[in-house]
Amino acid sequence: MNLSAQQLSFIVILAPLLGSLFTGFLGKALGTKASHRIAVTGLGIAFIAALFLCHAITFGNTPPRSFNIYTWALSGTFQFNIGFTLDSLSTIMAVLVTFISFLVHIYSIGYMAGDPGYQRFFSYISLFTFAMLLLVLSNNFLQLFIGWEGVGLVSYLLIGFWFKRDSANAGSFKAFIVNRIGDFGFLLGIALVLAYFGTLNYEQVFAEIPVLANATIRLFPGTDWSLITVICILLFIGAMGKSAQMPLHVWLPESMEGPTPISALIHAATMVTAGIFMICRMSPLYEHSPTALSVVLVVGATGALFTGLIGIVQYDIKRVVAYSTLSQLGYMVAGLGASAYSASLFHLATHACFKALLFLGAGSVIMGMHHDQDMRNMGGLRRYMPITYTTFLIGSLALAAIPPFAGYYSKDAIIEAIGLTQIPGATYAYICVLLGAFVTALYTFRAFFLVFHTQERMDEHTREHLHESPSVVWLPLVCLAVPSIVLGFLFIKPMLYTEPGLLGSSVITLPAYDVLSKMAEEYHGIAAATWQGLLGAPFWLSVFGIFCAWYAYQKAPETPAKLARRFSIFYRILVNKYGFDDFNQTVIVRSVRNLSSWFYFIVDTKCIDNYVVNGTGRMISFLSRLTRQAQTGYLYHYAFVMILGVLIFLCWLMI
Amino acid sequence: MHNILLSLLIWIPIIGGGLVLFTGNDKNAKQARVIGLIVSCLTLLLCIPLVRGFDPHIYTMQFRETVVWIPAYNINYDIGIDGISLTLILLTAFTTFIVILSSWKTIRIRVAQFMAAFLIMQGLMIGVFAAIDSILFYVFWEGILIPMYLSIGIWGSVNRSYASIKFFLYTFFGSAIMLVALLYLYSQSGSFSILSFYEVKLSQSAQNWIFLAFFLAFAVKVPMWPVHTWLPDAHTEAPAGGSVVLAALMLKMGVYGFLRFSLPIVPDACRSLDWLIILLSLIAIAYIGLVAIAQQDMKKLIAYSSIAHMGFATLGCFMIFKIIDKTGNLGDAYMSLEGGMVQMISHAFSSGAMFVVVGILYDKLHTRLIGDYGGVANKMPILAAFFMLFAMANVGLPGTSGFVGEFMVILSGIQASFWITFFAATTLILSASYTLWMYKRVFFGKVANDNVESLTDIRGLDILVFSLLGFMTLFLGIYPQAVLNLLHTTIGHLLDISTYTKLVSL
Repeated sequence: MNLSAQQLSFIVILAPLLGSLFTGFLGKALGTKASHRIAVTGLGIAFIAALFLCHAITFGNTPPRSFNIYTWALSGTFQFNIGFTLDSLSTIMAVLVTFISFLVHIYSIGYMAGDPGYQRFFSYISLFTFAMLLLVLSNNFLQLFIGWEGVGLVSYLLIGFWFKRDSANAGSFKAFIVNRIGDFGFLLGIALVLAYFGTLNYEQVFAEIPVLANATIRLFPGTDWSLITVICILLFIGAMGKSAQMPLHVWLPESMEGPTPISALIHAATMVTAGIFMICRMSPLYEHSPTALSVVLVVGATGALFTGLIGIVQYDIKRVVAYSTLSQLGYMVAGLGASAYSASLFHLATHACFKALLFLGAGSVIMGMHHDQDMRNMGGLRRYMPITYTTFLIGSLALAAIPPFAGYYSKDAIIEAIGLTQIPGATYAYICVLLGAFVTALYTFRAFFLVFHTQERMDEHTREHLHESPSVVWLPLVCLAVPSIVLGFLFIKPMLYTEPGLLGSSVITLPAYDVLSKMAEEYHGIAAATWQGLLGAPFWLSVFGIFCAWYAYQKAPETPAKLARRFSIFYRILVNKYGFDDFNQTVIVRSVRNLSSWFYFIVDTKCIDNYVVNGTGRMISFLSRLTRQAQTGYLYHYAFVMILGVLIFLCWLMI
Repeated sequence: MHNILLSLLIWIPIIGGGLVLFTGNDKNAKQARVIGLIVSCLTLLLCIPLVRGFDPHIYTMQFRETVVWIPAYNINYDIGIDGISLTLILLTAFTTFIVILSSWKTIRIRVAQFMAAFLIMQGLMIGVFAAIDSILFYVFWEGILIPMYLSIGIWGSVNRSYASIKFFLYTFFGSAIMLVALLYLYSQSGSFSILSFYEVKLSQSAQNWIFLAFFLAFAVKVPMWPVHTWLPDAHTEAPAGGSVVLAALMLKMGVYGFLRFSLPIVPDACRSLDWLIILLSLIAIAYIGLVAIAQQDMKKLIAYSSIAHMGFATLGCFMIFKIIDKTGNLGDAYMSLEGGMVQMISHAFSSGAMFVVVGILYDKLHTRLIGDYGGVANKMPILAAFFMLFAMANVGLPGTSGFVGEFMVILSGIQASFWITFFAATTLILSASYTLWMYKRVFFGKVANDNVESLTDIRGLDILVFSLLGFMTLFLGIYPQAVLNLLHTTIGHLLDISTYTKLVSL
């Protein structure tokens, strides 16, 4: 069987969609077993097809290509198409998405067993995969936006999956609105692209860049801003929403109200990476705007450090992992700002594996704990759940960037790239990401020790039922643990330090910002790179972080409380998450609500409707009541008025 | 049959409506329903030869029929359609069919009269969209008020008499002034044909006056801020079918008026006063969007959301001058006008469907207040799923019809001014806020009270209605080119004549 790249791409994208439609519409008739079989098979097919596709394009001789499938709309000078780009960037992403999604599908068979919305769940996650693939395979901004909002929709549906819970509904609503705020900027960016480039097709837009590189745009009188900078920053606002960058990160921790497989699939491995992917895709644009790169760098680095700090004071196991996701996304974004697109994408890939692993591991723990997520009630679980324990440890080591685990190679490359870049804000960013290395190790191993080591704190009933999760649950953990170990050292050379790299021509770096090629000169094989890493600051900061976690939670468990008392101001700031939620709730939400009630009750109801509209009616009836006074019906009244009139008329005639 | 197809489309529903009345009182309700269904099916079927016979590549009026009516004043029974009329006529036939199906069970009193009112309304509506003689247009235009007035006044809820009077006076006031403008145009051209109005040369001040007269008539119908306050009342009090026709069709008459009259007849006034409509449209989008958040009544909320969505239609229609001024290319303005048209059509599906949903809930619990619901999804999962689809269309999610119009207008806007787009795009946040917040309070959560507990899910006929609406919503979202194709040549011609000055050269 010899399928063309085009046919393969159709299989990749349609298999999840069909799976979703079948389970969604016929789920009740099919029953649970048939439903999950259909959905898992669909994803399996998509994964295999994506592998073949990636093999052909990225490693084989098939040239990258972009083609249109149909014309969505044709309006005057503008044409909008639906179509695919098949190049190394999109196919690598497709493999990643289908791989994680496939494992999450399998895992969900165990995790969601017995849930009344079982079929609905599978329908949603297959639909999600479809939307994400639509996004990554797109060859134009329109389809990018369709997929972009599509993943937002499914994420909304999945966070609110248990719709009886108020917290889930609040979380899903918040996620949608915050994402929409990002999309607001994103859409403006797309609109500017269309207005100035005349097309939304990637290839055509990128080809036009040299012409418009020096174009300016005047948004306010007297300000001439670089067009490309404005576009890049607007697009980045979209990425801030989807990839949860400060200050639009507030939705991600609350998305943990959804079922755990979703946290792994959407809020760690795929949807949140859409922003990173988008900036990689737009690298030809971003490379022409040092200002935008600086903004990206600083926002990313800030998030990398400061959201990580919040993770240290969380007690909900899923929230710790969620904050670590925020922090790692910060690393990726900062890497993009340093023009190290390949490094960010590399970290995206390794992170997708080990973060999905950690989330699914956390889910396994939560199942064992009868859906209690509070780490204060756990401890000593390594005895009861050995496989979960081992895989979680692997994930934690990868996250803390300890060689030779995958996270080490990708994260170290980002830190090094930020250290080398010269754009404004680089020094600040470098300090943030360095300190972040310590923080990452600290919160990761804090959770690790609190859950698996330390003394058992759960109640008797829970303890009696503690056991390892079923095979559909631990099998995906093992499948994810393998790439969490090997992905780093296997792919660092082809991904980062080969010319051309795996991403080939999908990303473009201008020579002035090309930090990766500088790093490539220093690269002398994997052994040397690993050894050098052992001497570097990030590694020792990580080790120190692990040591601190061990000391504070295992060795001397009274330390955290002491520190919290000593530095109570900092502690409170962290517990309140820097006040973002309070600010949003008390200032933004309240003022919008007040404004809307004021508009409705005062302006609309009172002024327009009561005074003007009904006022007109009242005025007419008032006037008619006045004139009615004259119609008394007495003859002598009428005679009197008549005589008066005649008199006035006579006077007027005579004068 | 080809040459009287349009007449058939107008008069079959009207005569059919008259026939339904003969079934008399509610003992024969079933017959009335069946006749109503047959008539609306028939008109729907007649649309097939209409679409097949329509040539989308020519801009002149097609299916033209001209019969002398009042020769003394040169008034003719003159009808014909172009792309804009065609799409709206299709929408009318489809919507009436939906209304009759969705009222099958919910209307239990005066069924014959109800069916008659809506069939007659359909015929008149098609007449409005097909009329080429302005007096004929005016007759149809005003004629619609009567069945709509009756439908609110008879089948409405508690406050129906206030709402129906308000509706009537408000809209009648606007159109009376339009008649003055028509008479003036007659005095200038010697004919009541709209096409002859297109040819008349007019001074700037005459154009401004005519523009204002038209503006009052059409702005009330759209409705635009600040003459919008009749709509929330009319919507809340009207029966579900009435709300659907109001939202899906009647509001479109206003924008249709702008397209058929204002732009081509007084192009120079439109060019110089376009800022007024743009401003009011942006107010509709941003201000009304905020007002919608404060609503406690589901129907009011959807009504306000309708006003906000129609803001995109009017915005799209009147941005063309600024776009052409900026880019100097007529081709760039297509997307703005076509976006406005698509917005009108898609709004009919999403808001029409939402009104049907509220109608079903109201029929069961006799309340429209959001606070009286909660956790409905537990008892009515199928309805909840459908409503999610329509809510998302209302939010403008890509893949649904609601996205297409907004996307096209927002993307066009930036060619006119960044700030137009900026304010228009706030709908992304506002529409999501009010729609999903309502959805959350009504459908999500635990079952709120015993009334909600007693609900049972929709079946049979309702599922058919929602499937039809859902199909249209998705089809238009995935393949909008199907509609754009019908519009393209007509829009091009409209752009041509709207940008051609009519000022009298001295």
